[in-house]
Amino acid sequence: MSTIILKNARIVDPSQKIDAVGDICIDDKNIIECGGKIDAPQGVRQIDCSGKTVIPGLVDARVFVGEPGAEHRETIASVSQAAAAGGVTSLIMMPDTSPVIDDVALVEFVRRAAREQACVNIYPSAAMTKGLQGAELTEYGLLREAGAIMLTNGRKTIANTLVLRRAMTYARDFGLVVACETQDAYLEAQGVMNEGLFASWLGLEGIPLEAEIIPLERDLRIAELTGANYHAAKISTAKSIDAIRSARARGAKVTCGISINHLSLNENDIGEYRTFFRLSPPLRSEDDRRAMIAALENGDIDIIVSSHDPQDVDTKRLPFADAADGAIGLETLLAAALRLYHNGDISLSRLIEAASTRPAQIFGLDAGTLKPGSPADLAIVDLEEPWLMSKDDIRSRSKNTPFEDARFQGRVTHTMVAGKFVYGDL
Amino acid sequence: MVFPHRHLLGINGLSELDISFLLDKADLAVKLSRQREKKTNSLRGLTQINLFFESSTRTQASFELAGKRLGADVMNMAVGNSSVKKGETLIDTAMTLNAMHPDILVVRHSSAGAAALLAQKVGCSVVNAGDGAHEHPTQALLDALTIRRSKGKIARQIVAICGDVLHSRVARSNIMLLNALGARVRVVAPSTLLPTGIEQMGVEVFHDMKEGLRDADVVMMLRLQRERMTGSFVPSIREYFRYFGLDAEKLAYAKPDAMVMHPGPMNRGVEIASEIADGPQSVIESQVEMGVAVRMAVMETLMLSANGEPEL
Repeated sequence: MSTIILKNARIVDPSQKIDAVGDICIDDKNIIECGGKIDAPQGVRQIDCSGKTVIPGLVDARVFVGEPGAEHRETIASVSQAAAAGGVTSLIMMPDTSPVIDDVALVEFVRRAAREQACVNIYPSAAMTKGLQGAELTEYGLLREAGAIMLTNGRKTIANTLVLRRAMTYARDFGLVVACETQDAYLEAQGVMNEGLFASWLGLEGIPLEAEIIPLERDLRIAELTGANYHAAKISTAKSIDAIRSARARGAKVTCGISINHLSLNENDIGEYRTFFRLSPPLRSEDDRRAMIAALENGDIDIIVSSHDPQDVDTKRLPFADAADGAIGLETLLAAALRLYHNGDISLSRLIEAASTRPAQIFGLDAGTLKPGSPADLAIVDLEEPWLMSKDDIRSRSKNTPFEDARFQGRVTHTMVAGKFVYGDL
Repeated sequence: MVFPHRHLLGINGLSELDISFLLDKADLAVKLSRQREKKTNSLRGLTQINLFFESSTRTQASFELAGKRLGADVMNMAVGNSSVKKGETLIDTAMTLNAMHPDILVVRHSSAGAAALLAQKVGCSVVNAGDGAHEHPTQALLDALTIRRSKGKIARQIVAICGDVLHSRVARSNIMLLNALGARVRVVAPSTLLPTGIEQMGVEVFHDMKEGLRDADVVMMLRLQRERMTGSFVPSIREYFRYFGLDAEKLAYAKPDAMVMHPGPMNRGVEIASEIADGPQSVIESQVEMGVAVRMAVMETLMLSANGEPEL
């Protein structure tokens, strides 16, 4: 049995409402004591964490991986390395792969690959409809039994409301959360960025806010009708929060998330057609970004995700309108989020809650806490360390980060999964 | 004066001084082009490649002639969009050409920002000959030259830009250039053919031709793409021509000496009536002549600044 004691750390654990200096004792895979002063018996390994902060490892509920089908962009092994470097100890993998994860065998494949090759916990989600085509339901019961954590139609919005109603009704019976992105394909048309003056000058087709809000309102009505656990996966505008607020007031069981990109960046960052800032939903205005931060702070937005989406030069080194959407984000998730804390926009404990505790609760994962008895998944963070995001340090196989050469304050120094260090020098 | 740009990617970024400098230079090129001996050797030994991902006979011919009159070796590369989409990317094509050491790359592409992307990757000067709905700077310059030579100045001229502003790079470049030189710019179009935020782009917005053309000094018509005429943006050709096509009745609202412009190619009977296109107020042929002169001025200027002063 290997016992480790982390000494003199600032422990921030929203699940226990702790923010105090103390020690943490880890025995083999689990935390056995958290907080206060722990006296170490002779011979027990101690790590001095003075000046450092220990948080429950982050839980990232929206991560795209290239495996199977596009291993040159990201594999299950490489994504876990990237996650570990960012302090992410659990992640939910999207089914948008080739083939699509819509079948028991594929869920088993992901779990096996994760068990054998990944250094963090990787949980598969399953496609809501076969091939993400939005027409036929997948086998929700069998998929759940095989280990699928939730249902999602990935990047695609289900257009057919009848299919959506049946999917949500059926998912409710199996207690599965359905996580949806909402884009109206007709309104979105060939749009590639937020609609507005900036897009007009660039000569790029815009995507109006309503392309997100209209299908979101529709989904919320169906969630209300069916009683399903609905999660709006990636909202981008203040008006979406209004829609969610009023659905909650009507009694719908709704949660929502936002990508760190939409909390950190706005449409102007696109500048001269920088394709790494081409995202879906598109980066919106600064007013929207400010409103989203406020909504995250007061809890209207439940969780933060990285929406890690590896893209290669073949899909990004193109004119803006021809490039693919998406940005990687696992390695910068915490550092970018800490900007909000350093700016005084949000408390550290609310930030950790939104990036760890709350997503674990929503998706029913044994994570997001430092409570005794829970798995020792945690990150040791130096909240003040300044660093520069260099392309050469990226562990992900793809380098499409919107934070290239960004200056950050606060960095993960060590990451532990199930009692073992998976990142950091010791 | 030193022209402080290595590329011409758009009107955006040019100062009033830069623009006037190019127009003055173009005036000299007009003179040269009207002589019997039209050739100079200012670009002798230099290589110009016209890289057209979108076919355009007139613009390509204009750039080719401009280069030849300056003494450059000109090569035309017509790259069908389809063959590019099949594998080789824009950048791959550009890098291949770059390895052949051209001095000027003239690029037209259907995607906004394509010229700027190329400029980041190649070692030579890049001239944007139209990128998606973004910019077409030499067209705006030639339009300005045409106006200046006819009216004597651009400041305080009322210029009405009419038609499909939404998809038009010509309109964006012209709005920027005309504003920089102090013209009063109007746009006249149905709202479905105007970009979001148009009222903040330094123009007065009209949806009625008669109002929009009232007392105008210049009427600039834009081409309406065929696929946009039949139900997607406007219901039909006949409805469009009735309300937004330039005919004698509507033109009568402009000043009696108003000039009629069109970047070509025209859809006669759609955005412009034949009698107007061929009428006394039309300067459409003059625009073509100014096109060669402006392109000569641009390429000569870029080559002088690229080879002389260090890049700013």
